[in-house]
Amino acid sequence: MSSSAWLAPRIALSPKRERALTGLSFFLPLLLWAAVSYAPFIWHPNIEITEPGSVSYFQEGMQVERAAFNEELERQRAAGGSLPDGVRANPVYLPAPHEVAVAFYTSFTTEPQRRSEQWLHQSLWHSIQIIFWGFMLSSVVGVPMGILCGTFAAVSRIQEPFVEFFRYLPAPAFGALAVAILGIYDGPKIAIIFIGTFFQQVLVVANTTRQLDISLLEAALTLGANRRQLLFKVVIPGILPQLYRDQRILLGWAWTYLIVAELIGTSSGITWFITQQARYQNFDNVFAAIIMIGIIGLLSDVVLAKLGKTLFPWERASHKA
Amino acid sequence: MADLQLPSYLVQSETVKARFDELKRRDVILEVSELGKTFESANGPVTALEGVNFRVHRREFVTVIGPSGCGKSTLIRVLAGLEAATTGEVLLAGHPVDTPGPDRGMVFQGYTLFPWLTVKKNVMFGLRNQGLGDADASRDALQWIQLVGLEKFADVYPDELSGGMKQRVAIARALAAKPRILLMDEPFGALDAQTRSKMQSYLLEIWRHIDTTVLFITHDLDEAIYLADRILVLDANPGRVNEVIEVPVPRPRSPAQFLQPEFLSARQRLDELIHPPSATEEAAGLDLSRFVGSGEKTDAQD
Ligand SMILES: Nc1ncnc2c1ncn2[C@@H]1O[C@H](COP(=O)(O)OP(=O)(O)O)[C@@H](O)[C@H]1O
Ligand SMILES: [Mg+2]
Repeated sequence: MSSSAWLAPRIALSPKRERALTGLSFFLPLLLWAAVSYAPFIWHPNIEITEPGSVSYFQEGMQVERAAFNEELERQRAAGGSLPDGVRANPVYLPAPHEVAVAFYTSFTTEPQRRSEQWLHQSLWHSIQIIFWGFMLSSVVGVPMGILCGTFAAVSRIQEPFVEFFRYLPAPAFGALAVAILGIYDGPKIAIIFIGTFFQQVLVVANTTRQLDISLLEAALTLGANRRQLLFKVVIPGILPQLYRDQRILLGWAWTYLIVAELIGTSSGITWFITQQARYQNFDNVFAAIIMIGIIGLLSDVVLAKLGKTLFPWERASHKA
Repeated sequence: MADLQLPSYLVQSETVKARFDELKRRDVILEVSELGKTFESANGPVTALEGVNFRVHRREFVTVIGPSGCGKSTLIRVLAGLEAATTGEVLLAGHPVDTPGPDRGMVFQGYTLFPWLTVKKNVMFGLRNQGLGDADASRDALQWIQLVGLEKFADVYPDELSGGMKQRVAIARALAAKPRILLMDEPFGALDAQTRSKMQSYLLEIWRHIDTTVLFITHDLDEAIYLADRILVLDANPGRVNEVIEVPVPRPRSPAQFLQPEFLSARQRLDELIHPPSATEEAAGLDLSRFVGSGEKTDAQD
């Protein structure tokens, strides 16, 4: 049977295999990371000094490249000075998994360095709010606009060519303009998320609306539906499940604009935390924060996917996932 | 078949003749005159219909048959108001039609049930459009669902139903809006033979019980005869009414009649019209020697 093959084109896997592969997809990168971190012979290009010896610029805890260390070692050996010692290490920007795991906890408990600064959870919350408002504002305008574009040819003609043009303009390019208009705080950040999402959203939603089987509209017409009823009782409910899936994908895009958005004006949110920690060379915290963004994104998508299944019960009969 | 001693399809028994006389005295529900439809396509204009004329009387069952591409769907879409006629006029109970409306119910080949609505809500759709309250619409809908024998499935979504059941819901949904005429475009075309013949009997049964006129498109000769009072036979390129056949088979109909002389005589006439002798000659004239030749070669190799 073809279902027993792992690589059968377009054939669903058994739930057991699916779970196994899902686990592996996270486990394999983690394994690679652990290998590079804990097995010195794989990479570890630096030497962390444990004993400076007579080398004047070596200090305990300092990292130097292996070649430089060996050079100094030879030089001291020739000169008869006391020999430096050290262990192989990865650069500071690649912390080991366990360090990052610890940082997951400690980054939340690390007090802000200055009064004006924020705790990590405050930074995260701030980021989530930026995303929420940017995406919300975009959806409030973009979704209805997309539906109208997809339903009425005239609306589409007058709108889509411009939208099509505008979506090629990179959202961050509007950063300076947004600051000039909206100030340096949250306004321009929300604006960047908005610009990054909105134009794609109109096109994606319009396209989804056009995919709706036209014969459903015709059936509704022969059942006496007027234009308003067509829109609200056929088009909108008809595209709802796909629209929901579109929104999930678009929300993912909104997240990708977060970092640029937060660098505009006064740096804020999780981006501020990441740049700040990188400046202090706390790369374990940096990694923890980046992974947190991923987890928040993934979790919210999983929750939305589950929610979708209960929202659209008629889809359960025909489709999976 | 020509060798069988069949009566002419024009010969009608007394009861059949009486029925047609009575039918013709009824009001004309649908009057189509000089109807033409030309599509503007990329390869120039395509004339799908030209000079189509016919009338349908109240409570009559008319089937439309013709070769694929002769304009059957175009005709019914113009009648439904989904497509504008290029020339001519369509009168429904004396009033010209040009937009879709609930006075002309439509059943499509592709079911077209709203997947997000349960069976009952689907049937309620037209009723709600007409401004009926939720409770009244629900009660009405249940009656129609009962009529098509699906009361057990009232709260089920369409995707959980078989093709035949879906089409029964579509019929109930169209009838619930109380149309003056029910337009059906090859509604059973996608069903398997067994379900199809069941659905034909269902439809006749429903039609017997309610006051509705039916215009039914098909390309199945037996289906056309079995259901119809009269059959409109369309010609292709451009589509026009070639002949109107009064089916000499008495009602009520049953599948047993398929082998009776009246049925066969009508069947024979349809055969002549749809598959004229010239088509058979053309097929015989096809040069198939190339294929036959290569077939022999493969045989020899095997
Ligand atoms: N929207 C359209 N644009 C151009 N040509 C069309 C269109 N719809 C139908 N036609 C043409 O009109 C003719 C009749 O089509 P149709 O009514 O679907 O035939 P039938 O239902 O009898 O098979 C065909 O030649 C078809 O190609
Ligand atoms: Mg057709």
